[in-house]
Amino acid sequence: MAVKSASGAPATLPGGEPRAARNGFWGWINNRLPVDEFIREQLTGYFAPKNFNIWYFFGSIALVVLVLQLVTGIFLTMFYKVGEASSFDSVEYIMREVNYGWLIRYLHSTGASAFFIVVYLHMFRAFLYGSYRKPRELLWLFGMAVYLALMAEAFMGYVLPWGNMSFWGAQVIVNLFGTIPGIGPGLVEWIRGDYGIADATLNRFFSLHVAALPLGLLLLVALHLVALRRSGSNNPDGIEIKEKLGPDGTPLDGIPFHPYYTVKDVFGIGLFLVILAIIVFFVPTLGGLFLEAPNFEPANPLSTPEHIAPVWYFTPFYAILRAVPDQRMGALLMLLAVVSFLFMPWLDRSPVKSMRYRGWLSRTALALFAVSFVALGYLGLQPADGVYVVLARIFTVIYFAYFWLMPIYTKLDPVKPVPERVVYRAH
Amino acid sequence: MADHAVVADREVDLSRRKFLTQATIATGAVGAAVAAVPFIESWMPSERARAQGAPTELDISKLEAGQMTTTVWRRSPIYVVRRSPDMVKRIAGHDADLKDPNSLKSEQPPYAKNELRSRSPEFLVLVGTCTHLGCLPKQRFGAGELYPSWPGGFFCPCHGSRFDLAGRVFDGSPASINLRVPPYSYPNPHTLLVGADEKGAA
Amino acid sequence: MRTERMRAWLGAALLALAGCAAGSALAAEAAGAAEEAPKAGSGWQHWRADTDVTNIASVQRGARNFTSYCLGCHSLKYERWSRLGTDLAIPDSLLQKELLPPGDKPTQYILTSMPAADAEAWFGKAPPDLSLMARARGRDYLYQFLKTFYLDPTRQTGANNLRLPATSMPAVLSELEGVKRAVFKDVTRSVGGQLMHEQEFDHFEQVAPGRLSAAEYDGFVRDTVNFLDYVGEPTQAARRSLGLWVVLFLLVFTWLAWLMKREYWKDVH
Repeated sequence: MAVKSASGAPATLPGGEPRAARNGFWGWINNRLPVDEFIREQLTGYFAPKNFNIWYFFGSIALVVLVLQLVTGIFLTMFYKVGEASSFDSVEYIMREVNYGWLIRYLHSTGASAFFIVVYLHMFRAFLYGSYRKPRELLWLFGMAVYLALMAEAFMGYVLPWGNMSFWGAQVIVNLFGTIPGIGPGLVEWIRGDYGIADATLNRFFSLHVAALPLGLLLLVALHLVALRRSGSNNPDGIEIKEKLGPDGTPLDGIPFHPYYTVKDVFGIGLFLVILAIIVFFVPTLGGLFLEAPNFEPANPLSTPEHIAPVWYFTPFYAILRAVPDQRMGALLMLLAVVSFLFMPWLDRSPVKSMRYRGWLSRTALALFAVSFVALGYLGLQPADGVYVVLARIFTVIYFAYFWLMPIYTKLDPVKPVPERVVYRAH
Repeated sequence: MADHAVVADREVDLSRRKFLTQATIATGAVGAAVAAVPFIESWMPSERARAQGAPTELDISKLEAGQMTTTVWRRSPIYVVRRSPDMVKRIAGHDADLKDPNSLKSEQPPYAKNELRSRSPEFLVLVGTCTHLGCLPKQRFGAGELYPSWPGGFFCPCHGSRFDLAGRVFDGSPASINLRVPPYSYPNPHTLLVGADEKGAA
Repeated sequence: MRTERMRAWLGAALLALAGCAAGSALAAEAAGAAEEAPKAGSGWQHWRADTDVTNIASVQRGARNFTSYCLGCHSLKYERWSRLGTDLAIPDSLLQKELLPPGDKPTQYILTSMPAADAEAWFGKAPPDLSLMARARGRDYLYQFLKTFYLDPTRQTGANNLRLPATSMPAVLSELEGVKRAVFKDVTRSVGGQLMHEQEFDHFEQVAPGRLSAAEYDGFVRDTVNFLDYVGEPTQAARRSLGLWVVLFLLVFTWLAWLMKREYWKDVH
């Protein structure tokens, strides 16, 4: 016989779970959906390290940008008309004739660039503190999958306005697949659905951009968060806080995510929104970086823009592509440049996670990598001649050296002793 | 416990904490509400819809007495009837059979709130949408066309609503108000402008 | 306390950096075009349009200039006459009288009467729609384009242009600007170890006067470019004025959030 509670109702639900402690509306909900349990496990009862610094804002900000892109994207789709003959015009319709259409469009275009700024800073945090290392390898891989899906999503999104840069950017990138030996040319025709970038290409990119990839992104982000909850967050000292538990079973150096990090993240998001608003309302094209000038002309298969460059967030890889004189090798190297990130959990042989306790070798390597990533990004925007190519080659070498010499220099690196408890200064 | 990260060994100023939390949430809620406005507004008719809904001009000089022509304004059919003197006479005399003979509950501009429901006896301008569920009523202008005492007017085939030659609804019809009159004016004697009158464009 | 001040400085520095970035981007946008480093000796590539799209009077004059001199060949197919009237505070009656071509309705898009097929036959290239030209090429480009036409008997149109060499467009504004000749000078330059002889632009020479003085023509061009800037993005004025309120609100919200965060984090040691 089931035990009865004070109200007379059985203490357990038919499935065996204990009946919710609360009565009334929330009690009814909780007996059917684990709301309180979720809040307890994921928010008030999830302990995160207390020493998070500025580098730890970017995960929650990335989530905000994702929501921003989804909402503005859904609304744009209500007014956008996909098609060779209508896409460009429909974007101008949105900009001029849909009430506040200009705002929705600028939020979406700025949000796309913001997404990459935030994601690059988010990834850089992992490099600083070894957040990709055991036991967080899968977390890192899911994150990389999000990044790859994001690149595909952004690339396809950029084609949709069907401006001249949309067309020629698509032309160049899709042609890259032609370098794959054997299946290349056939693959390119299969991707395009036509003998050149055409209406067929535009339409399928629309479907992928609006439906398929967002679903994939949401799934990958969910997996990324679930993996995070399993391993717990890393922190700037690289110490595993779960190894030092207090008498109540919670980490000594941990604080409940809610209210401390919810409150801190609200502030971080506010600051982010200030910067986003300044750009959206005052410099939405950001001098041609966020919205490129050639894209204000309709796609013209007979007229190539003076400098074809992808949007800034792809330019580091574009610079690597162009640094190599051979097209096939360039494409391969560009692929390797992205793929190298995946191996980091296993390339890194340092006994210590965080840069704080690593020696000069690791620090120099990371600094050089950061500099070369930014430099390659700048070079990717420039014409591919003269001193630019020479510099691109130098920085490409440094870029790859960071990854593939890592097993060596992380082993040789003189590390410092890691403290027992996290370093925290009240703020 | 003194070693733990969160130490409650100080006077937590609960009122300050509560105030700040509420203030931030309230400000955030206001911000969120204001942020929703552009998205909601984007659903209102765009400039293109408003431009396409601009007043419609119609040349009425060729319309013969007893004839009806249909034009469009804001995606609705507009009936324009040139009533003959006989048709005008057949508007009076059956007020008892009408649901709203003086157009008190019906929709029309002030200059159409009269027995003839128009600016002048000659031309009738109506929104050709049955006030029941939206079908297009058919013209039945002949006296006795539907039944012996039928004075002429409109008959809606969907559910049987009947209207007279001023668009007023008969008793026994599922429709409860008279056919609507849109704003209109005559910029010159040959031209009818639907959708604009003294008050400007609708 | 020390770390709190350090963090405050860091925050201020970051904000200043963001401000600098925004400011320089603003300046870049104000400048209008992304241009190459100029060749030595020529000044025209440095010419700046210096227009202010909030100067309604200037944009109105530009609208009148456009309908008089450009609409014959170029359309503004994304802009409606009625929108022009509303944004530039031109009452309907004035719009009909001064700007609207006879027969056109205010809600119509601003289209040219020149048939595209004929235009292509006459000029070799259909005159492009100019709705987005200011966004695609920049204000400075347009300003330089309209100010660097010169006499060139070797071409079918009799004219050439420094900003867009071998342009299909004739010098339609020569009535106002007058006719000018471009004087080139011989220049020897070392390119890749070889000595190359080049013709480099030196200066213009007025050959025939126009109806406007040099200063008046300059004002004419600036007004027209200003108008095209407006047509490129009619909502830009609204964008900036709304933006001010949004940013102010967000600053207030962020400040409150900061206070709230600081209050809660007093718990943490």
